[in-house]
Order: sequence, then structure tokens, then C-alpha cells
Amino acid sequence: MLDLRLYIAQRLSALVMVPLVLGHIAVMIYAIQGGLSTAEILGRTQGSLLWFLFYGSFVIAVSVHAAIGLRVIAHEWGGLRGRALDLLMWGAGAGLLALGARAVLAVTLP
Amino acid sequence: MTTTPDTLHVTVQRGTEGATRQETFDVPAYENQTVLDVVTWIQQMADPTLSYRFACRVGMCGSCAMMVNGEPRWTCRTHVRKVASDGRLDIAPLRNLPVIKDLAADMDPFFDKWVAAEARHHPSAGRGDDFAPVTAQEPARAEADLGIECINCGICYAACDTVAGNPDYLGPAALQRAWTLLNDSRDADRDAILAAVSGKGGCHNCHSMGSCAQYCPNDLNPMRAIAGLKRETVRAAWGRKRDA
Repeated sequence: MLDLRLYIAQRLSALVMVPLVLGHIAVMIYAIQGGLSTAEILGRTQGSLLWFLFYGSFVIAVSVHAAIGLRVIAHEWGGLRGRALDLLMWGAGAGLLALGARAVLAVTLP
Repeated sequence: MTTTPDTLHVTVQRGTEGATRQETFDVPAYENQTVLDVVTWIQQMADPTLSYRFACRVGMCGSCAMMVNGEPRWTCRTHVRKVASDGRLDIAPLRNLPVIKDLAADMDPFFDKWVAAEARHHPSAGRGDDFAPVTAQEPARAEADLGIECINCGICYAACDTVAGNPDYLGPAALQRAWTLLNDSRDADRDAILAAVSGKGGCHNCHSMGSCAQYCPNDLNPMRAIAGLKRETVRAAWGRKRDA
């Protein structure tokens, strides 16, 4: 259920995610030294173009990658085919994008 | 030290698609005995209505593959003592294929996918032309040579869990043949092969689980061929975009 386009999209989104995951984990470890508070996080992220671009691209890559992965699982393990399969993929991708974008905007808008 | 039991307890899947049952037979055990010998004994000495398929008996024709104790094997070259040390055998038709009757699987979907993968030679020369010079040293030829000893037995297809979950998937054997042709300097339609293996059931569905390479009786590695196809299809698509 994967053609060349979906395969490339999933591989490219994985490529984007590799440095972002490492950066995310590194910042988490660094940021929690000496305790962590909401104000501290928001102080770092609000109004920051860098963190908006960092987590914005992360959310886009995750939405693409996970939606295609779910498509494969739903087909091979659940037997879903045709339009239902397309709907699931686009729905999952759009849902992840909407939830992720909402979170990114919430913490980065000044 | 293991001793050979006097009798093998053999369970055989009987019947046609959708109406299968298990039957058991006691078969005399011998020191040297293949699984195909056991099946033949059952048909000749116990039940002449048992259907199965074989031809060469020496591992060349690829027609006698069956599931033996849950794993796909070429039965003519599989010694009983290697797969059934406790004297029990469970024999069934190849997995992932419809059953015609008893141990004879319907190979049509398997070979239809070879055609769908464009795994057939596209001639680049005619009858009047000279022979194409092909040397074994060329890298592309060496890559093709790794996959050309396929005997079409269907064992990789039966072993593949991706085929089991995705019936449209072309499968390891067809994709490996497409890869050998893609690397053959005498093949004239590279684009047709790349397009055929890039569709919904194409090479990009492979999860690289490696059962094809694990079970291939000729020690071929279709997973390597499929990885090559993934690489070449992406390279070709990338090239097209840059040319446009």
C-alpha cells in the first residue's frame, strides 16, 4: 500500500526528524537541570522564531511520517483498503498537524 | 545420540480451498529419507488420492515446495531427520497461495506478479544482430548474477509476512527478477521495470524482515535486490525532477 511517492515522503520526513528528535531530547535534559516551571518554558519559547521553526517543522514531519506509517499498519494488520485507507491516512495526518500546530502556536506566540 | 524412530507420525493438510482438514498417517522411517519421499510413500502406499506436485527430485525445478512443520521448504532436498527429530511431520501446501487440492498450491498469483513486476526480458536486439558482449566483471552484471539462480519455487513468497498482510505486494521472487533484469545490459526497457515496481504493490512495501533470504533454498537474497530497487526508483525519480 506504499507507492514511490509515499515511500519518499516517509523517508524524507524521517530525515527531518532525526536532528529534531536529538535536539528535543538534548534541550529536555539541559532544561530540567535545577527544576522546571511553566514560566521558565514559556519565557524561552514565547516570541522565539527559532523555537517556532524548530517545533513547527517537527510537527509537520511527524504528521507526514506517522500518517503514512498508520496507513501501512491499518492495511497489513487491519485489512483496510481503498478510500477508507486514504481517509484514515489524511485524517490522521490532518489531526496530528492541527493538534501539533495548536500546541506550537500556544507556546511560541508572544 | 539421537535414534531414528521406526515410524513417522505425519499430519497432512487435505482438501480444497475453504474446505481443508488434517489427516494423519504413520509412515515407515528410514535413515535417509526426504520429506518428498514421505509424501510419495503416503500417496503410493496409503492413499492414492493425495495430490501433490514434484518433477525433478534434485532441487532444480522448484515445483515441490511445501510447508513442513510450519516452514516453507523444498521437500525433495529436505531430509526428514533435519526437520523432525522427534518423528513428527506436519505437511501443508505453500502459505500465501490458494489451495488447488491437498498439497498442491495454486501458483497463478505468484507468476501473475512476475508479469506485473515487468520481470520479463525486454529485447534490445533482434535475431540478425550479433551476440551482446557480457563480461562477468561488470559491476551491474555481478549484481544481476547474485539473483539469477532463482528456481521459482515460491518459498520466499510463502515465507514473506508482508505478502501475508498485503495481498497486492508483488513479493520477493518477482522483485528480485525485476532487479536482475534492471542490471542486465541486454534489457531494453528500464523505465517500464522501474514504473512496475513503484506502484501500490511495489518494492516500497518491503519491511526488510528478511524471511525471503532466510528461507531461500538456493541462498539467494531477494531482500538485497529489493533494497536495490528502492534505491534505483528513488534515484530515477530524483533525476527526472532535476531534468524537468
